[in-house]
Amino acid sequence: MLQTLSSTTPPVIESGNQTKTRARVSRDDRNTAGHPFVDKPRMSCRDVNVYYGDKKAINSVSIDIAENEVLAMIGPSGCGKSTFLRCLNRMNDTIAICRVDGTIKLDDQDIYDKKIDVVPLRAQVGMVFQKPNPFPKSIYENVAYGPRIHGLADAKTELDAIVERSLIKAGLWDEVKDRLDQPGTGLSGGQQQRLCIARAIAVGPEVILMDEPCSALDPIATATIEELISELKLQYTIVIVTHNMQQAARVSQRTAYFHLGDLLEVGQTDKLFTRPSHQLTEDYITGRFG
Amino acid sequence: MSNLLLVTILLGFVSFGYVYGRKYALAAGKKGGDIHKLHSRPAYHGMLIALWCGLPTLLILFVWQLIEPSIITSMIISSLPDTFSSLTPGPRGLILNDIRNLAQGLHFGSTVDPELLHASDYYLQLQQTGKNIKSASVIVIGIAALLVGFRHFSPGLRARNHVERIVRYFLICCSLIAIFTTIGIILSVLFEAIRFFQKIPLSEFLFGLTWSPQTSIRADQVAASGEFGAIPVFAGTMLISAIAMAVATPIGLLSAIYLSEYASKRMRAVAKPLIEILAGVPTVVYGFFAALVVAPFIRDAGASIGLQVSSESALAAGLIMGIMIIPFIMSISDDVINAVPQSLRDGSYGLGATKSETVKNVIIPAALPGIVGGILLAVSRAIGETMIVVMAAGLSANLTANPLQAVTTVTVQIVTLLVGDQEFDSAKTLAAFALGLLLFIVTLILNILALYIVRTYREEYE
Repeated sequence: MLQTLSSTTPPVIESGNQTKTRARVSRDDRNTAGHPFVDKPRMSCRDVNVYYGDKKAINSVSIDIAENEVLAMIGPSGCGKSTFLRCLNRMNDTIAICRVDGTIKLDDQDIYDKKIDVVPLRAQVGMVFQKPNPFPKSIYENVAYGPRIHGLADAKTELDAIVERSLIKAGLWDEVKDRLDQPGTGLSGGQQQRLCIARAIAVGPEVILMDEPCSALDPIATATIEELISELKLQYTIVIVTHNMQQAARVSQRTAYFHLGDLLEVGQTDKLFTRPSHQLTEDYITGRFG
Repeated sequence: MSNLLLVTILLGFVSFGYVYGRKYALAAGKKGGDIHKLHSRPAYHGMLIALWCGLPTLLILFVWQLIEPSIITSMIISSLPDTFSSLTPGPRGLILNDIRNLAQGLHFGSTVDPELLHASDYYLQLQQTGKNIKSASVIVIGIAALLVGFRHFSPGLRARNHVERIVRYFLICCSLIAIFTTIGIILSVLFEAIRFFQKIPLSEFLFGLTWSPQTSIRADQVAASGEFGAIPVFAGTMLISAIAMAVATPIGLLSAIYLSEYASKRMRAVAKPLIEILAGVPTVVYGFFAALVVAPFIRDAGASIGLQVSSESALAAGLIMGIMIIPFIMSISDDVINAVPQSLRDGSYGLGATKSETVKNVIIPAALPGIVGGILLAVSRAIGETMIVVMAAGLSANLTANPLQAVTTVTVQIVTLLVGDQEFDSAKTLAAFALGLLLFIVTLILNILALYIVRTYREEYE
């Protein structure tokens, strides 16, 4: 699939008869091209602006995230895709100078509503970070951390079951089942990242946000995580930020292209990579910049 | 020529060597057509010539200052009549002092022994000659070193490497001074302590339950025979340190958590320096605050609920010492908590943990080794603290665990043993050194333990 993508993309640009079939959007246009909205969204964002102090980091972004899809967010460094991702479970609340306006709804509930508490929200919208960040605790304690603070398990056996189920889903169970009491920091990088995924799954989220989950991993560990993402999407809605366009092409159904705080294009992944509408999207995926 | 003038002249030589050495190298490089043919930059050539001139002359000056007095003394002794050289060192020293005083124009009494007068003249003469030789040799050697330095110059001279090596030796010397001072202190304490243990058996010192060091200095004095059991003294130290740590650890740790996790930037900018002011208060000020305010307050408060509290109590000293230690623990804990990676906080918040859950379950466990290391360092500080306990804890060596009674500590006993008239062959005075040695060993072990814990902690995150 990767091969076909990269080999078909350049001819598209030059072949005159295909360019006619696609709507070309000029480089200066800052509106969102493509299809940002879906029929039954799991999350829907409208006119989201994010400011760091006086600086505007995200400029009026509107996008829907469908159920059980993998949405990939790509774009050059500093384009705001991670910032936007962190809005989706209000992780930006921990940054004092960050301000968010617009509406972001999870299942028709505005998550920035004053009545909403971030604690259950973050249990519903889990997050996996760029660098594996297991707590300096045992493997078991890492996974049990979320269920403990949310009081999801009454008895030890129940907690054991949650830990086992989460580790199985994260594809880590077979590797660690004999050493659950050993520190999570002692695992390899790829295992640590899967441990973090297990940790996020353990609190029973609906949406999982992944912020460049493979950027600190080697190709083999990356392949394992990508396989895992394909399995997880059967159960969860996944939003993944990535710098690796091939990864976006491999794992996602829809792709969103961010550029300097603007969302320029959203579309089906195969369409966006083969027949991008926006000129800047095309420049980016063909490697003209970025 | 006075030493000051001599050093000024030498500095002149050195700056001349640097400035002209640099110019010389620059000119030589330009004359050669390609300045890059010089192995080192001209400034290094200048520096090398300056060092070449300055180091040996300063060394000669320094060594001369050290050995001149003893040479002059021995020459004077040999010039005096034979009756003098048969004297014991004590009276001989007195006579030498007389000669020196005469030489400075001080003489007491109406008649002066003509031999002494003669010797003092000779002394002055020797001093003058010494001065002349010293000035002449230093200046001659300085000029010679400059000349040799310029002669030694060649474009290929590895001046930079030489200068760097000299700088390295200089730095080594600086650190050796600190190391040798430490060794010197340890040895002096150790030897006096060994003398003490020749009089009092080690087992009695380590395991004896009574501390009463008052022995008679003169034979006709009435005093106790002296008992040197260190346990009550160390028990007092431990009691007061424990009280201090019980005050300082929670307050310091909790304020560190507040400052690093909860406080806004502005609050932190104001509060942290304010708390650190506590560290700048001289301990003697804490001491009289403890003795004049806190101890009477505790006594009155105790009396009002029917408790018998002595006016100097372990509690007062411990409380105030705890306050003194707060900034220590706070500052170290704050650093350690800040060193916990932000990614761990994000991971915890991302799972829906609240701030206090994150602090309790992630940050404190991750920072614990560092915090424990900091606390142990603070304990050594508490054990070694003197001024507060001298003023507020009392002098009586009670073996008690009751914080409302007066106790005494190792440092207080050392102070009282060494204040006033001394007799360095009595066990009473020497006991101070034994106590000091034991205290040193205890704090050393605590420090090693603390460093070990802190180092283990570091390995975990890198």
